[in-house]
Amino acid sequence: MNSALSWMETSPLSGLFLTLLAYRCALALNRRCHGHPLTNTVLVGVLLLMAFLALSGMSYPQYMRGAQFIQLLLGPATVALAVPLYDNLLRLRRSAPALLITLWVGSCIGILSGALLGMAVKLPRALLLSLLPRSTTTPIAMGISEKIGGLPSLTVGCVLITGVIGAAMLKPLQKKFPQFDDMTLGFASGIAAHGVGTARALQVSETAGAFSGLAMGLNGLVTAILVPLFCSLLQL
Amino acid sequence: MLNSLIWLLGYQLAGEFLARSLSLPVPGSVLGMLLLFLTFCVRKTIPDHLKQTAPALLSHLSLLFIPAGVGVILLGSVLGAYGLPLLLLTLVSTLLTWLASAFLLHYLSSRQRRMRGAA
Repeated sequence: MNSALSWMETSPLSGLFLTLLAYRCALALNRRCHGHPLTNTVLVGVLLLMAFLALSGMSYPQYMRGAQFIQLLLGPATVALAVPLYDNLLRLRRSAPALLITLWVGSCIGILSGALLGMAVKLPRALLLSLLPRSTTTPIAMGISEKIGGLPSLTVGCVLITGVIGAAMLKPLQKKFPQFDDMTLGFASGIAAHGVGTARALQVSETAGAFSGLAMGLNGLVTAILVPLFCSLLQL
Repeated sequence: MLNSLIWLLGYQLAGEFLARSLSLPVPGSVLGMLLLFLTFCVRKTIPDHLKQTAPALLSHLSLLFIPAGVGVILLGSVLGAYGLPLLLLTLVSTLLTWLASAFLLHYLSSRQRRMRGAA
């Protein structure tokens, strides 16, 4: 019996199965609550798994032995965003100048508002620096954080919290501002909340998802340029 | 499915290779997305198998972020001390970024449309 239990703990199957199960439960809850923002599937799935790890004593590395296979699919899924993007080629061409201006302005506001608010509440320097690249997707954010002297692991946490907040906001914002079309909703979500926002935007429509994916990719590039610049300007 | 996986992984690998060899600050998967997009532009069509598999893969994109999210559990002590200010700051700043981007894009694209209508 004991050897069977310890096999369960070390087998990659467990982490894989638990992640799928947690996501399935989160999805069911989200549907039952008619997509209420607080039942965001990433948030609920993560909380369920955290509770399970805390109760069962399974460690994060043990869990990741299986869950890494799911994380691995993020790469090809990101590449697949080219499909809805191409479907929107016409709109992309028509709105290219507006999209580019919005990208730079939105990125600046994202970084500066975080920096200024952080300085106002007197966050420790390492925490503040780790916070700056949080609107970009995880691998870029970690790279930037390392370069400017933040803590990459803390940055991953900030990136995730930003993503979940951005995703949860989308529905109330969409209701409040019905004038925004799917392109606008998606692009703003990609700038503010990277991949998690993109996953949420895809639930609105494929067009929203495509422009969110585009914004996420481009914002990574722009943030990598802007964050070191702002750091030296604000003397952080 | 098989063909799509070969395409997607191939483009990601090409993107990763490009990002590393040119030491660009962008993840390989994002470069892979742009490369695949350019390929579609040149071919002028999307291969049928990708047209079918891409939406299926993307419909559960949220699932793929869960493993990294569980990793926040490792940050317990830091988040305990600064959790609330960090959460509020992120909320305000993300909301601000979203609103500014959405209003600006909405304004710019409707202006563009009006100018095109006038011309």
